[in-house]
Amino acid sequence: MAVYRRNYKAYAGRLTAPWSRCFVLFRYLRRNLFRSKFITALFVVCFFYPLFCLLWIYLAHSASFLREMGVPGDVLSIDNTFFYYFISVQGGFAFLLTALTGPGLISPDLANGALPLYFCRPFSRTEYVLGKSAVLAILLSQITWVPGLILFGVQAGLAGTSWTWANLWIAGSVLLSSFIWIAILSLLAMALSAWVKWRIVAGALLLAVMFFGAGFAQAINAVLRTDSGHFFDLAYLMRTVWNALFQVDSGHAIPVAEAWIALLGYCAICLGLLVRKVRAYEVIK
Amino acid sequence: MSATTQLGAADGESGSAAPAAPLAPLVEMQGLSVRFGNREILRGLTASLRGRSIGLLGPNGAGKSTLINTLLGFYKSSGGSARVFGYDVATEIRKIRGLVGYMPENDAFISKMSAVSFVQMMGELSGLPADMALERAHEALFYVGLAEARYRQLGTYSLGMKQLAKLAQAIVHGPKLLILDEPTNGLDPSARQRMVRMIRDIRDGKEMRIVLCSHLLRDVEDTCDEVLILKQGRIAHYSNLDEERRANKRFLEIETYGANGDFTAAIEKLGCECAVAANRMKMILAEGVETRDIFRIAAERQVRIRRMNFRRDTLEDIFLKAMES
Repeated sequence: MAVYRRNYKAYAGRLTAPWSRCFVLFRYLRRNLFRSKFITALFVVCFFYPLFCLLWIYLAHSASFLREMGVPGDVLSIDNTFFYYFISVQGGFAFLLTALTGPGLISPDLANGALPLYFCRPFSRTEYVLGKSAVLAILLSQITWVPGLILFGVQAGLAGTSWTWANLWIAGSVLLSSFIWIAILSLLAMALSAWVKWRIVAGALLLAVMFFGAGFAQAINAVLRTDSGHFFDLAYLMRTVWNALFQVDSGHAIPVAEAWIALLGYCAICLGLLVRKVRAYEVIK
Repeated sequence: MSATTQLGAADGESGSAAPAAPLAPLVEMQGLSVRFGNREILRGLTASLRGRSIGLLGPNGAGKSTLINTLLGFYKSSGGSARVFGYDVATEIRKIRGLVGYMPENDAFISKMSAVSFVQMMGELSGLPADMALERAHEALFYVGLAEARYRQLGTYSLGMKQLAKLAQAIVHGPKLLILDEPTNGLDPSARQRMVRMIRDIRDGKEMRIVLCSHLLRDVEDTCDEVLILKQGRIAHYSNLDEERRANKRFLEIETYGANGDFTAAIEKLGCECAVAANRMKMILAEGVETRDIFRIAAERQVRIRRMNFRRDTLEDIFLKAMES
């Protein structure tokens, strides 16, 4: 129908599959995200360290270069510690990227009362949260486990089958450590975004949860002479889990199992906050 | 006015001459109750709404918006059941939402988006393929009169334009039922008229049925053929407006020249109640008495009728009666 005809016509064409509709949100959000030059620049910067690591792996396998530089062969070793540092650095970048992009996911919808418009369609709250979190999950995956596995693949290709079989668990650790970090960051960012209508305040809160959480943990430990304060320090909990996953010993104060439980607990709390806040209209009892 | 509107009006007239087949029930409620904490907002509503365009009326806090939100599955019912197009609200809400377009009362938009992107996204979320959603977003924005402003960000729109954008997103996917919650809220008189004209246009197009929730009686009177009046969470009145008007055409006020007691007595003999003041006479017509009977009596007694004011019950009368009951 031509647009100049001012009469209404019902739609009788085909409809898309219901499962595919949460990707609609993902498409629109991602398009909006990269309109910001700063976020685009940060996203590009996030690939510098993986490129450096790639170069490192190449050099580690370049015998002539090592000979010429007089570097002993075992200095540039590619092992679990290498991948642990890779995930730690990329995890930091993931946090920065989340702090910039996460708060803008739900808060604009809440501020402008747009939630009823989503939920009056054949589109559930779960699909809404999935669609929104897919933006962060895919963005963070692109800078964590995807380059991590590419590096592992390059290293496996250069080092040979015996190294690959002996270190295959590292690939699993890269995946698992990335997944838990992405889940924590996405859920936390969305929960804060859902509870605070102002994007900037939500961003500040995310930073506060990380940094003040660490400070609060130290204060509790010092005052109560305990190690339980670490449960308030998300970064510490995450490091504990990563250390265990990459088998890097750094003598953490709380058991790994408890760190896992605490992280899963945080995920559950964030999910609970989302379930409570992401609804068409808030019911005031 | 568009061709559709004219066609719709013609259909409407022919419809009144020969009554059309009754429409399938739009909303069926059986003891529907909604409770928030200790407050019971809707109390056992039972009705079957069949009109093409149904007005939901009631004072503030009567439960109009709650009823709409319950039908859309936003609130869970605490008792009873409700069906929209035969689908149960409690178990088949996804099917219902696929058939419904909703224009909420308050501001609802995404400020950083252009109107066309916003309406396209809403179309895609309703299941339209991306290319079709874009085409229909343009059409819907043209239709509501935002063609020139469709590439502007929604945050820069005036209140009237935001209302129109909300209407565009509600109709982009071609719903079978359009739910409008206070569509003329905050609009100036000319914008209100435009909105009412558009709602009438949609109603007369007969592609969609409408549920319009408002506390403005004139909006409902201008656009609806049935009205459901709520009071304190209960149904105070439900009726077809045309039938209601026909049934209540009782008040007649005439100004006469040459009338005497004989004229009044003759009218009273028909069973009408009369009140005479000088040359003015007010009467309540009895059952079966038509205005032509008054003219006949006046002609027989050579009484000249200078002015006749035949007053039907307005929606305001119906509303006030429902509130008093």
